[in-house]
Amino acid sequence: MTDSSSPTRCSVLATSAAAGAMTLLASAPGVASEAATEQDTIRPFSVRFPDSALVEKRRRINATIWPEREQVTDASQGVQLDTIQKLADYWATKHDWRKVEARINALPNFITEIDGLDIHFIHVRSKHENALPMIVTHGWPGSIIEQMKIIEPLTNPTAHGGSAADAFHLVIPSLPGYGFSGKPTKSGWNPVSIAKAWATLMQRLGYTRYVAQGGDWGNAISEVMALQQPPGLLGIHTNMAAAVPPDVSKALAVGGPPPAGLSAEEKHAWDQLDDFYKNGLGYALEMNNRPQTLYGIADSPVGLAAWMIDHDIRSYEMIARAFDGKPEGLTRDDVLDNITLYWLTNTAISSARLYWDTRHNLPPGGFFDVRGITIPVAVSAFAEEIYQAPKSWAEKAYPKLIHYNSFSKGTHFAAWEQPELFVGEMRASFRSLRKPV
Amino acid sequence: MPATSPTRRAVLATAAAAGVVSLLPAHPAAADEGDAIRPFSVHIPEAELVDLRRRIAATRWPDRETVDDRSQGVQLAKMQELVRHWGTAYDWRKAEAKLNALPQFVTEIDGLDIHFIHVRSRHRDALPLIMTHGWPGSVFELLKTVGPLTDPTAHGGRAEDAFDLVMPSMPGYGFSGKPTGKGWNPDRIARAWAVLMKRLGYTRYVAQGGDWGAPVSSALARNAPAGLLGIHINLPATVPSDVAMALAGGPAPAGLSEKERAAFEQLDTFFKKYMAYAAMMGTRPQTIGYALTDTPAGLAAWMYDYNNGEPERLLAKDDFLDDVTLYWLTNTAASAARIYWETAGQSIVLAAAQKTADIALPVAISVFPEEVYRAPETWARRAYRNLIYFNEVDRGGHFAAWEQPELFSAELRAAFRSLR
Repeated sequence: MTDSSSPTRCSVLATSAAAGAMTLLASAPGVASEAATEQDTIRPFSVRFPDSALVEKRRRINATIWPEREQVTDASQGVQLDTIQKLADYWATKHDWRKVEARINALPNFITEIDGLDIHFIHVRSKHENALPMIVTHGWPGSIIEQMKIIEPLTNPTAHGGSAADAFHLVIPSLPGYGFSGKPTKSGWNPVSIAKAWATLMQRLGYTRYVAQGGDWGNAISEVMALQQPPGLLGIHTNMAAAVPPDVSKALAVGGPPPAGLSAEEKHAWDQLDDFYKNGLGYALEMNNRPQTLYGIADSPVGLAAWMIDHDIRSYEMIARAFDGKPEGLTRDDVLDNITLYWLTNTAISSARLYWDTRHNLPPGGFFDVRGITIPVAVSAFAEEIYQAPKSWAEKAYPKLIHYNSFSKGTHFAAWEQPELFVGEMRASFRSLRKPV
Repeated sequence: MPATSPTRRAVLATAAAAGVVSLLPAHPAAADEGDAIRPFSVHIPEAELVDLRRRIAATRWPDRETVDDRSQGVQLAKMQELVRHWGTAYDWRKAEAKLNALPQFVTEIDGLDIHFIHVRSRHRDALPLIMTHGWPGSVFELLKTVGPLTDPTAHGGRAEDAFDLVMPSMPGYGFSGKPTGKGWNPDRIARAWAVLMKRLGYTRYVAQGGDWGAPVSSALARNAPAGLLGIHINLPATVPSDVAMALAGGPAPAGLSEKERAAFEQLDTFFKKYMAYAAMMGTRPQTIGYALTDTPAGLAAWMYDYNNGEPERLLAKDDFLDDVTLYWLTNTAASAARIYWETAGQSIVLAAAQKTADIALPVAISVFPEEVYRAPETWARRAYRNLIYFNEVDRGGHFAAWEQPELFSAELRAAFRSLR
């Protein structure tokens, strides 16, 4: 029995440092060693997993024991055997993690301790002086991998069809328990504490006027930041709005029927949510209640991959099409970059605990329930998100709705799948919040 | 990637090749007929056990839970202790010997191989009884009752308490076949059980079950096949519709008695905190299947997490591991989960969902105190119009036959006395 045969973040750091591949100490000449002992030190970070971790991952994939195939000809019983076997084959034979590491390491990565926990983040400053600082938060089953495609166009807009006035400084943290951030050893890390930590991070980076963005858990955290209104936060953008009206939320919780008088758009949103609640919520219930019981996704790469690609039926189908040779949105490499990050950091369970902590340490409430935000909010509603937030609901949920746009495509991972549309949305959303030049 | 694991078929094939399984019936003439009953015994190749231990030893663990109790699921230290024991001290051959000490058979029903244990009592007037296990159980749940039920005079009973026992493995479980198409719900299983009892020549018999065995036995009673005299269940579907609505998030029901209130609260807690595994298997059995099929620790934890992650309070470690190892060696984690998918939305404790009003045959109920809920007699009488027996005992939980075989056997004797 190997108590923890996998590289945790700590061992990643240790191993890489030992191999000389990791810069743990600040290289900036201005940072003296004295500063290194201070808690608000910001340390440069890069990553290199040892070859042995990659060899072990491949060995496990090749040794996978499979169940028999599903009994149906669609995805109604879950991830289809044909899809996951194609994924496993590609993972073991073609996917190249070293390329992902190189992409990560080409960006300025840092770690800083906040509330006793190491927080990893990517921090890319635009060359444009008046760039708007923005903190972008990923969700589950996502990571910083979700946001890699938007970094260049957002920070360097003039090279990507925008003007200097569209520029952002980007801060992209890894959630506690995710990726290269630390794994909390005590409960209490949930959207409320994470939102506070993000405000601390932005302050520590010297930003006095900034915006926040997110989908999935990134939405929850951005919305809670909007409720907390830390100094400097001007507004938020969400691609998974929590805009479900109370009567609709109540009806969903008991399995219907929908309240009377819904418009066609609202009825469509109802149908999407109702299907998700009835057929797609199992993984979230398990992680809400029994995250630790999921030992299988810590021990099996294929088990982890199946668990992660089954987030919601539309994104699953999009991923399945990618492995069938019809990519739209995500490529096979995109999907495996992210899964491999979870595997190598052994964060399947630590990431799942965000569900538990939210459920157990915060007041009850639906994930999509209106929170009562009063600062400016911008919404992009992609067609195949868990639900496409209707404008009517967004207007009610966010009294200062500064931007709303809907798209006829795109699933749950907007920045990752539709980076161009997403970048356009960021520019349009926040234009009104920028300082007049 | 080809399937590298032992499927049930592979187990049989390998075992047959090794000459340790009698797959062929004693009477070759019967072999071509669809209703042939073939003797069966099990001997898992040593290589499978070596591979299991190798995988156990290579387990990659997550970090420890962030709380000091079981509220996040099966605790790391507990799991590591169990899995270490599994990989170093546990002996599957003993479990195999327990199975092979009993007469086992396979017969094809409705296109599927059904494995069953069949123990006839030496007492001539024994009452035939078909007992059905549940999830995460198997025939291992029921083995300890074989002695007391078939040989009562050696176990504090009388000759007239004797039963002839039939204990099938449900489709997709243990050594029964894995359905390749959908449709094997409790009704269809019940129809298969009626065929099985008829094929065995029983013209008067009773049925029993807890967990999935309860809906299967109830479906049998609803269908009332020729010869079925009545059923006994230890996880009855007594919950009335107004209480069911309250459990789904509606207004709390008014006018509950103290016992009903207690049952409501047990169910409310169970629905809110401990039913996610069922929601997952009910909607996406294949998805969770991959994470159970490929990892012994993952499978063990998933199965271990009933009873709020402490089955050992009620069950010996090796008993539990017999069951987990059976799931592992037969690669049935995914196939066993599918019965939840077949019946999604039909809770096994709700009277309306189980159509208890359609049961006219006699029904007997034993309530074990640590079951998911203690069914109140008031609800039981509303749900089952022909309730011939209701008793609340003082110990035992969800796996009553496994945990308290003597007490359980005594309940069956009392429950069915009037039907002999």
